Amino acid sequence: MGKRTIIPFGPQHPVLPEPVHLDLVIEDETVVEAIPSIGFIHRGLEKLVEKKEYTEMVYVIERICGICSFGHGWGYCLSVEGVMGVEIPERANYLRTIWHELSRMHSHLLWLGLLADGFGFESLFMHCWRIREKVLDIFEKTTGGRVIFSVCKVGGVRKDIDEATLKEISSVVDGMKKELKELADVFLEDYSVKNRLCGVGYLSKEDAAELAAVGPMARASGLKQDMRLLGHGVYDKLGFEPCIETAGDSYARCKVRIREVFQSIDLIIKAIEMIPDGDISVPVKGNVPANECVVRLEQPRGEAFYYAKGADSKFLERMRVRTPTNQNIPAMVKTLQGCDLADVPMLILTIDPCISCTER
Amino acid sequence: MEDLRETVIIPVTASELYSKVSDLNEDGYRLVQACCTKVSEGFEIIYSFDKEHELLNLKLTIPEEEEIMSITGITWSAFIYENEMQDLFGVKFKHMSLNYGGHFFKVSQPTPWNPKN
Repeated sequence: MGKRTIIPFGPQHPVLPEPVHLDLVIEDETVVEAIPSIGFIHRGLEKLVEKKEYTEMVYVIERICGICSFGHGWGYCLSVEGVMGVEIPERANYLRTIWHELSRMHSHLLWLGLLADGFGFESLFMHCWRIREKVLDIFEKTTGGRVIFSVCKVGGVRKDIDEATLKEISSVVDGMKKELKELADVFLEDYSVKNRLCGVGYLSKEDAAELAAVGPMARASGLKQDMRLLGHGVYDKLGFEPCIETAGDSYARCKVRIREVFQSIDLIIKAIEMIPDGDISVPVKGNVPANECVVRLEQPRGEAFYYAKGADSKFLERMRVRTPTNQNIPAMVKTLQGCDLADVPMLILTIDPCISCTER
Repeated sequence: MEDLRETVIIPVTASELYSKVSDLNEDGYRLVQACCTKVSEGFEIIYSFDKEHELLNLKLTIPEEEEIMSITGITWSAFIYENEMQDLFGVKFKHMSLNYGGHFFKVSQPTPWNPKN
């Protein structure tokens, strides 16, 4: 047995845009244990529910994260609608699904770029983010914002998308397929990229289940686990089936996300073909009854959990948001055990960590 | 097919919690989350478990001073949530397999979400 050394990793590190800390216990160049530490920038946003009315709180919840802000807003609205027994119009459900899948596309493209940057492929990083820009342009055109949209509200959505813009979105995302195919070929076929990803950070199906991994992390280890199967939005009408890989390594996690980008394009096009005419919201008035509701949504990074508890008042008694990164930390620690020290940044990236979400 | 979006909450007592979680774990359920709410009786803790997209929530209400058994011995990933509840609310756990002793979250005052503090 070699001499054991503890290397502190983070909270400030070139590969981490946000602060998280790991104590890496290493023997020679191999990590034998990793002890995570978070909470450097905990904001306590859930606590604001005591000071913001339920209609205002959606703006706070959207600000949990700049990447999956729409999904957080949607999860919050679903949980409050559940407590209040509100049924939203079908068109609003379609619009929410379209914006959510666009968010998944932009999140996965952002991640692919960061991964490419992580293994030193700068031009690939730039191409991923160049393509992602088209999705951000759609957001700007349809919502007015590129990061925070504020289109989701309790009872439906605030903005409609007209027929011509829907057709344009359909044609833009369809047109992205060719460029994405070229990118996907580099990520999945280039031997130097495969060298960095194949067999690295293996997480078995049993470990993924035992450590309760979520999202692409779980699906890359063969678990058929995707909250889009629960029936929120209109996924059941779009014939949705989750993308599953079985290799359980970093390459499989990359492949799941690439397949999901193409899948999101197909879901968006199908939703645009099927979207019905009609209202986009229903009026919601009065206090939130003393009731509780749990909602789970599939964010780009995995399952997010929302719990709302009403108190017969305009203010909720409790709003809980459990984000996917929170849940994937134990699985990340597991994949780090036994890896080379040089692969640590890559492995941390493959769970697509969002510390902003974790420090909600 | 039953509605997978339905909220199912089952009340449990502190003495039942460990065996209930143990049974769920043996049945193949995974821990989804655990969270605490400050209520007039003390703390209300909800443990959520999932099996094939079916969600089950266990609700435990305990007085503030009561120490409850950690479930990290059954499902290790619970350390994230138990440390969070310990740091933000001051919930006391026995036999945590990974205890940060109040330093998991770097908060400027102890248990900031417990109104007494």
